[in-house]
Amino acid sequence: MNRTMNKATNNTTSNTVSSKTGVRQLSRWLLGGEWRAHPLRALVAIAAIALGVALGFAIDLINGAAFNEFSAAVKSLSGQSDLQVRGVQSTFDENLYARLRGTPGVALASPVVEIDAVVPGEKNALKVLGIDVFQAAQIAPDLIGVAADDRRFDTLADDAIFLSPAAMTWMKVKAGDTLTLRAGTQPVTLRVAGGLVRSRPGQRLGVMDIGALQWRFERLGKLSWVDLKLVRGIDRARFRKDLPALLGAPVVVTELADQEARTDNMSRAYRVNLNVLALVALFTGAFLVFSTQALSVIRRRPQLALLRVVGLTRRQLLLQILLEGGLLGVAGALLGLAGGYAMAAAALHFFGGDLGGGYFPGVQPSAQFDPVSALIFFLLGSGIAVLGSLAPAWEAANAPLAPALKAGSEDAALSRLGRPWPGLACLVIGALMTQAPPVLGLPLFGYFAVALILVGGIALMPRLAALVFSALARHWPPRLGGALPTLALGRLANAPNQASIALGGVLSSFSLMVAMAIMVASFRVSVDDWLEHILSADLYVRSAMSGDTGALKPAEQRAIAAAAGVAQADFLRVSQLVLDVGRPAVALIAREVDLADPARALPMTDAVLPAATLDALLKANRALPTWASEAMVDLYGYAPGKVITLPVGTQMQRFVIAGIWRDYARQSGALQMRLADYQALTGDHDINDAALRLQPGASSAQVTAALRALPFGALLTFAEPGEIRAISLKIFDRSFAVTYLLEAVAIIIGLFGVAATFSAQTLARAREFGMLRHIGVTRRQILGLLAAEGGMLAAIGIAAGFAIGFCISLILVFIVNPQSFHWTMRLHVPWMGLITVALVLLVSAALTALVSGRVAVSGSALRAVREDW
Amino acid sequence: MMRHVLRLALAAVLVALLPVLPASAAVPPVAEVVPGQPPSLPQDFGAHPAFRTEWWYATGWLKTPDGKPLGFQITFFRSATGHDAANPSQFAPKQLIIAHAALSDPAVGKLQHDQKVAREGLGIAYAKVGNTDVRLEDWRFQRQPNGSYKASITAREFTLDLVLAPTQSPMLQGDNGISKKGPKPLQASYYYSEPHLSVTGSVVRAGKAAAVTGSAWLDHEWSSSYLDPNASGWDWLGANLDDGSALMAFRIRDNRGGVLWSHAALRDASGKIMQFSPEQVRFTTLRNWRSPHTDAVYPVATQIQAGQLSWQLTPLQDDQELDSRQSTGAVYWEGAVGITREGRPVGRGYLELTGYVKPLKL
Repeated sequence: MNRTMNKATNNTTSNTVSSKTGVRQLSRWLLGGEWRAHPLRALVAIAAIALGVALGFAIDLINGAAFNEFSAAVKSLSGQSDLQVRGVQSTFDENLYARLRGTPGVALASPVVEIDAVVPGEKNALKVLGIDVFQAAQIAPDLIGVAADDRRFDTLADDAIFLSPAAMTWMKVKAGDTLTLRAGTQPVTLRVAGGLVRSRPGQRLGVMDIGALQWRFERLGKLSWVDLKLVRGIDRARFRKDLPALLGAPVVVTELADQEARTDNMSRAYRVNLNVLALVALFTGAFLVFSTQALSVIRRRPQLALLRVVGLTRRQLLLQILLEGGLLGVAGALLGLAGGYAMAAAALHFFGGDLGGGYFPGVQPSAQFDPVSALIFFLLGSGIAVLGSLAPAWEAANAPLAPALKAGSEDAALSRLGRPWPGLACLVIGALMTQAPPVLGLPLFGYFAVALILVGGIALMPRLAALVFSALARHWPPRLGGALPTLALGRLANAPNQASIALGGVLSSFSLMVAMAIMVASFRVSVDDWLEHILSADLYVRSAMSGDTGALKPAEQRAIAAAAGVAQADFLRVSQLVLDVGRPAVALIAREVDLADPARALPMTDAVLPAATLDALLKANRALPTWASEAMVDLYGYAPGKVITLPVGTQMQRFVIAGIWRDYARQSGALQMRLADYQALTGDHDINDAALRLQPGASSAQVTAALRALPFGALLTFAEPGEIRAISLKIFDRSFAVTYLLEAVAIIIGLFGVAATFSAQTLARAREFGMLRHIGVTRRQILGLLAAEGGMLAAIGIAAGFAIGFCISLILVFIVNPQSFHWTMRLHVPWMGLITVALVLLVSAALTALVSGRVAVSGSALRAVREDW
Repeated sequence: MMRHVLRLALAAVLVALLPVLPASAAVPPVAEVVPGQPPSLPQDFGAHPAFRTEWWYATGWLKTPDGKPLGFQITFFRSATGHDAANPSQFAPKQLIIAHAALSDPAVGKLQHDQKVAREGLGIAYAKVGNTDVRLEDWRFQRQPNGSYKASITAREFTLDLVLAPTQSPMLQGDNGISKKGPKPLQASYYYSEPHLSVTGSVVRAGKAAAVTGSAWLDHEWSSSYLDPNASGWDWLGANLDDGSALMAFRIRDNRGGVLWSHAALRDASGKIMQFSPEQVRFTTLRNWRSPHTDAVYPVATQIQAGQLSWQLTPLQDDQELDSRQSTGAVYWEGAVGITREGRPVGRGYLELTGYVKPLKL
């Protein structure tokens, strides 16, 4: 008795053990068998997830590296300072420095003049700081050049410059050589007195004596900023608040954190939009995992039911399916992390930290593996795969056993997807979200709206398809055709859930494609119109490709205006205004603007003050007119007719916003004012650019030659509007190239959905096709039936996709873009391109259906019919 | 006299600078001492920007209300850098202003000192022409219309607010105010002193103010010439003697342990001056002190002989080393010393010992 009981216990134990190992083994078989049977499907799903993870991770790494490097470089320029005092313009009166030194609470003050010096023959400028070595020694000692032992006064010399190693390498000079930079049209020859040994790797920087720089580069009387160290124990926030009043001058007092915020602000919208593209790729991956898993669950439905019968619990089955999807996700995420790191390293190496966006100039960051971000993207990649297999897993685990064991129950398997309420709810919430304002300057709700509308559309598709196809089946004119269309329609109308994967694929791919195509086309057409508007002159002249030391003096301006063949020369002066400490500076552009007709010079929007109103406002406020770019409206609350004060020149000046213009070049904002007003306020008569109108009969080649012959002609660069436009559009197309890639990916998902649906059907409908052949339908006719079904599915997917895509494009054009970049554009639908792609997708879908279904008609009819349990 | 710390340093630097200046640059004309053209007061109380180097050097003994002695030093240097004179920038570092201040309090046990340096300009730092008026931020040294000097120095560890009033006429050093520094004609400087300045004012130590009185010595010296290339340092003394006479003595040492040049002058209360030639002047070390900060060995107790006369110098405290390697780079010993003759105290002065660490460089 005792022995029996023991034996029973032993038996139970060994049974449990063997069932555990059994489950594990079974799990391996199931996985291995599935992947061996359909390796391509698994690989494509892995690739899509890898792509999404790689894109997101790379963007994160690139930006992190660039941001850190840029912050470190900025920090190294300010050293240990507590606060930094700047003017609202790029420079301010040096006498404020003397006043600052006498201000109670200031322990140390180090004045700095910063220029971006024109390097003759180079596209980029060299950042040069002028410092007072005695003051900088106590705040930013890293900036002090290392002079030769016998030339220790070189840090004070009027002809010496100290260069960072990167600057030396770039300009191919070493200590003891001479270096020629440019001030205005004049060369400035300096002696390279030594190095800046503590500069950041890749940081191109020069340092001179502040007095020498002011003199050589025509910055007399001006400072860029003053680094302050405060007396210990002083209330920094209070000091900061009181300082402008104490100095009686409009100064900006910043901390390092503000500069970091400014840098962050500058690139954030750009970065987030790139991240959204990565999310689109991840979404793609999730959909592929979903379709792969859904298909394999449907195909293995009887097997899975059998497993349940032999003792596998629901939980075990659920975990099994989730494990399958999760493994795809893990593989994809790991591949994606490796790929993302490689992508980031390559991009940083070849394009720099801003991918050519210009947000982080003058530094050379290198990719650093970031474990936290890697973990996040890993979880995102594998998580989304698990999410994608959740519905199929749930279905497999909860399917009623008896029907599942029988064939033909596949449609029921997907019925869960057919309920309308979640889809409708998604659409409604999405529509509501389009009304929400940006969050932290980002169009987060806009993106949510896009995602919800897409998801809602996919969810509603089976129902929509059933309605449409039932209606079609009822009203199909019998004279139009025989049995085949009726069969196809009947099939589609009555088993809509089975078609949901194909529909979802086609819908999401086509709607994403439509949305992106409309957005890019709208943007491109708007930019093109804008370029045409702003490039209204015949020839453009500037004295330097970059930098802020290449301005043209009045005498030189007169020489240009008087050159043979020039009918009229419009000059342009660009400077900077800091209106908000935490934001990048606003561009202040001074040029000829006609008060009565600003649209002749500026690409105005509809928001323009009527001339009479403007005139009255100007008189009433004793103000000057200014025209603000669209970004100013979003960022600073400007509106036509609003009276503002701006620190232009030495005093605060009242301005009236006379109108709003489009600017696709400066997302941080820009203001235009009349050149004469600017010169009267500031006394600054230099200009940066000239736009020339030629006399009738004069060619731009002749005028170019005439200008080249001027004493400073060799320094000028010329561009015709056509060239500038072509270059601008080329840059535009290049930066949107990635969207074309995503469109291609979207098409692949669509076709993948179709393939998945029809592959599943080949299994499910083998008997149906066998029967059809039995009663005399030819193999060719069956293939025609499949193609017709594929085509019709694609057609309805495309129609709905267009509708949803159009809605999404409206969100992108009218919400996401203005909220991220603060510019608006006109809607433009590229009909030809869309129709072409729609047709290609339609034909491909039919062909895919045909190819996927081919298997179903390859076997013998007899076996197909018999293959029922 | 020409003490002075920065002289060697600046001289060395300026020599180095010369070949560097571009030929096209407008090099400021450098003025030289002209024999037969003595300084003329009051005009020469002010600065002489055409000369490379200039200083106002006030040293003295103070007495606190509780009768304790303190030594103080306030020095303003002006140095022309050779930066292009045509540069109109207010920041152009054509002239540098350097200031040292020190307080010698035996209760602290070492010299407390502070220093500043800035370029002249923007009203932040200057040395004005016409009358003594030098400023480096909030450190000021200014001659008043009545001839007295107002000094206000807010250093890290102490504050000095002193008025130095003359009780005697200025003492023109050397040959009517032209002081030879070596055998060569150009090795000379313009140099006058104001001994026996009576001091009143306040000293703030550790946050506590104390009224002080005392007696000080002011040197004002300017030149463009530099020391002999073989010079390695100098020893200098300025002393107010109790009988109303004033003693100044210096020697310039070479780098082989010898003496390149020396000189002494003694003016009695009636204003009669005795001058002593190089061979009549001798410095003899009585006791050395090794600095724990720099490991330099200074002859802090010294006997000075001039002709038949001799004086013994005893430091107020040993550690009166001024280490400014963090800023201007100079290290020297500048200390209050008591003067005795045959064991009897006869006066008080300041001793300066330079070039004991290593050749000076700015």
